[in-house]
Amino acid sequence: MATKVRIPASLRTLTGGKDEVTAAGDTVGALIEDLEKNHPGIKDRLVDEKGVRRFVNLYVGEEDVRFLDGLGTPLKAGDEISIVPAIAGG
Amino acid sequence: MSGLSGVKTPGKWPVARTPLEIRYNGCNGGTMATTYTDLIAGVRKRTKEVTLDEVKRRLEAKEPYVLLDVREKDEFRAGYIPGAISLPRGFLEIQVEQKLPDKNVKIVAYCAGGTRSALAAATLAELGYTNVETANPGFVRWKDLGYPQEKPPELTDAQRDRYSRHILLPEVGEVGQSKLLQSKVLLIGAGGLGSPAALYLAAAGVGTLGLVDADVVDASNLQRQILHATSRVGAFKVDSAEKTLRDLNPDVKVIGYKERLLSDNVDRLFGDYDVIVDGTDNFPTRYLVNDASVFLGKPVVHGSIFRFDGQVTTFLPESAAKKFGVASGPCYRCLYPEPPPPHLAPSCQEAGVLGILPGIIGVVQATEAIKLLLGQGEPLIGRLLTYDSLKMKFRELRLRKDPGCPVCGKNPTITSYIDYEGFCAIG
Repeated sequence: MATKVRIPASLRTLTGGKDEVTAAGDTVGALIEDLEKNHPGIKDRLVDEKGVRRFVNLYVGEEDVRFLDGLGTPLKAGDEISIVPAIAGG
Repeated sequence: MSGLSGVKTPGKWPVARTPLEIRYNGCNGGTMATTYTDLIAGVRKRTKEVTLDEVKRRLEAKEPYVLLDVREKDEFRAGYIPGAISLPRGFLEIQVEQKLPDKNVKIVAYCAGGTRSALAAATLAELGYTNVETANPGFVRWKDLGYPQEKPPELTDAQRDRYSRHILLPEVGEVGQSKLLQSKVLLIGAGGLGSPAALYLAAAGVGTLGLVDADVVDASNLQRQILHATSRVGAFKVDSAEKTLRDLNPDVKVIGYKERLLSDNVDRLFGDYDVIVDGTDNFPTRYLVNDASVFLGKPVVHGSIFRFDGQVTTFLPESAAKKFGVASGPCYRCLYPEPPPPHLAPSCQEAGVLGILPGIIGVVQATEAIKLLLGQGEPLIGRLLTYDSLKMKFRELRLRKDPGCPVCGKNPTITSYIDYEGFCAIG
């Protein structure tokens, strides 16, 4: 199952400049493993040993996975993932 | 033949007719001649009257009624029934559908004595309003009885003119404009986001604008920081901003603070400001602004930008919910519990930023601030609006309050300011 993933500006160096990529996986964790295969280095920017990094939010649709099941959050057909990192510019 | 049809040329009043006779197309079918006395008697028969005691009872019970004051503006300004909307009878037909779009809304019209409001009620019924009553007698008696009244804020003629487009909006009006003039907004940063936010807040007549920024204007700022000018490169940003804002609107008191927001000055700087607009450019200040917001009970309108992307939301802590009459939401730490390590968080200075981007985000921030001050609309509380300028897409993501949040959670572990530079240097 291919899921659309929106890549923020700060991570596009890892996706060859693409702002949207697709990845496969039944859960958010599995999807990140698949992302890593095609875009090495991205996993480290999203997760650490404790789970989703605390300065990045992963949304399935409008919902933050931290308030769902974290990396275990199941994905279904049609879901879209948004990666929303903390930014500070003003 | 009678009435106006007989008044074709001046000086040719028909003999033995009173000038008050008019031709009236009544609701009883066909055209008939009538006098003012007949007219008003007919109107009174068709309209439902309420007593002033009943109006007062409903007011005290906070029943959902629209009180419509149909007197002239100068009468209204001398005092009105609390909560009333002013719509002089001369503008009734023209403006009522804008001000009261719901034709089934419950309306009580009143005037000074009860006559103009009865006529207004009849007109409203003809326009399709189904729930109109008229108070009888009117405001003169209301005042004599010593019932509560309000006076509209004292706006000068120049202010009525300057803010006329606001005053026309029922959601703002003279009361809302006066609220804005009495409001105080503190902008953290007079840069990319602070520039458009401050300009619009000043134009809108927010009475006091505080600006916190220790920097001086650099030529590289001018690509986006529209408060400043080429002639003021090298000047303190707050001084440059003050010049622009005073010229735009002399009603606004601009207070510049040439200092960096820090743990030891944040309580003083937040002071008695109503709303904080966070347009700073670094993580330590953002976490400090957040913690101070929770500790001091101030809403923060948060905006941040990076390259082509922007984020904007409103953080309203529990401690500020009552003052603003809206439900509280999550804080910045609920959204991002920790900052990124410095090597993963390049600044705009390092990574670049589209000059127009802060224009969009800063203006959304100003809009949020104005809405909070007016108590209108739905703020971005618990919603993160993201903006992608390249794709020209706005998206909305749900933000949730983290019960385990160290600052605003159930058992907070951070209850005073911490070392923010140290907190943000870990990586």
